[in-house]
Amino acid sequence: MRSLATTWQTVGPYFRIGMERLMVADIAGEGVEGQRIRVQVRVLDGDDVPIPDAVLEVWQANSHGKYAHPEDTQDKPLEQRFRGYGRIGTDDDGWLRFDTVKPGPVPGPGDVDQAPHLVVGLMMRGLLKRLVTRMYFPGEVLNQTDPILMLVEGARRKTLVARAGVEDVKVLTWEIHMQGKDETVFFEL
Amino acid sequence: MGLIAPYRRPYAGTQPEYLHAPYVSTVKRAPTRPLVAIPQTLSEVTGPHFGKDDIVQGAFDLTKQHAGEPLGERIVVSGRVLDEDGRPMPHTLVEIWQCNAAGRYLHKRDQHNAPLDPNFTGQGHTMTDEQGRYRFVTIRPGEYPWANHYNAWRPAHIHFSLFGPAFATRIITQMYFPGDPLLPFDPIYNCTADVAARERLISRFDWETTIPQEALGYEFDVILLGRDATPTEEPKRR
Ligand SMILES: [Fe+3]
Repeated sequence: MRSLATTWQTVGPYFRIGMERLMVADIAGEGVEGQRIRVQVRVLDGDDVPIPDAVLEVWQANSHGKYAHPEDTQDKPLEQRFRGYGRIGTDDDGWLRFDTVKPGPVPGPGDVDQAPHLVVGLMMRGLLKRLVTRMYFPGEVLNQTDPILMLVEGARRKTLVARAGVEDVKVLTWEIHMQGKDETVFFEL
Repeated sequence: MGLIAPYRRPYAGTQPEYLHAPYVSTVKRAPTRPLVAIPQTLSEVTGPHFGKDDIVQGAFDLTKQHAGEPLGERIVVSGRVLDEDGRPMPHTLVEIWQCNAAGRYLHKRDQHNAPLDPNFTGQGHTMTDEQGRYRFVTIRPGEYPWANHYNAWRPAHIHFSLFGPAFATRIITQMYFPGDPLLPFDPIYNCTADVAARERLISRFDWETTIPQEALGYEFDVILLGRDATPTEEPKRR
């Protein structure tokens, strides 16, 4: 008989004590290839009140669409200086910001390319276990065929796509709504 | 890339639901729509790996981070990180945080009227060894009051954060202590339907790792989601 996975518990309001050390808001340091972007995320609760005690984790491929992980056996370049991991906490106004490079497409089910995306885990006081979601990029042709986006009802797909800035298209804004009419789509793996 | 062997979904009832009204903060923060089930892709079966460079030597000992010794009862917390099939998870990062012996966190938002300890930060981390073992030296955290409901006190606990091999295996949890009289009253401990799953969050007093004249030993194993042997393109359901 096998044992069962340990139960999740909330990170609580004081996670910074343990998690601050590995907070990473500059995911792609100097010398990493690819298109530089800044992402600003706002996290809002069911009353649209900003959430000041949330922490977001990002996992992404490099600009070639390669993950820094032994199970990614694609014949694409790895970059020594790119781990692809970010961890960022929200500020008092529910905002968090990070800098990275736009990931390249990675294969999905049936070897169909997925649209470029960031894998996102969200934790906060009041969340008893992690929520998993994804951030997609605006204006991508592959968004029309992405096998994961296709599993989401059409009207809700926009909750997963960041908005490009008016003045600087490299600044992306993404709102995470925990509840309400614009409630973000969250995934079960 | 070929087919992907996904990590298993949690067994029914062994993980909390997002909405658990007795824990009041869930009410405005839990999603109200059903989660969308997706197949695990390369994006989910990979995940960040950490190495020796990410570790501060000696960070496993929370009693040695300052000039003096922290107040409180010294304890050793150790155990193994395994997957559901009993395979040890070597070289995986374990991060912990906790309040001090008086029940106060070193955090600007903790307004509990209990003293801070200048010799205790409450942060520790380490990497599991070849056999998936980890070990921390710390002090027993105090219980602390919170505003959730009338006369609410959290049972003594240590927060644990682990990665495992993939994004899918990530877990953050809390370790409790045997015999804590506050456990039956705590909505966070009691958020999981399955009683046995809850009880696995309670550490075990361990005479073997207890250090004479020095520290009591507690054992706490963390189990990460196991993996389906057969690669599939569809997510496995229970
Ligand atoms: Fe706590």
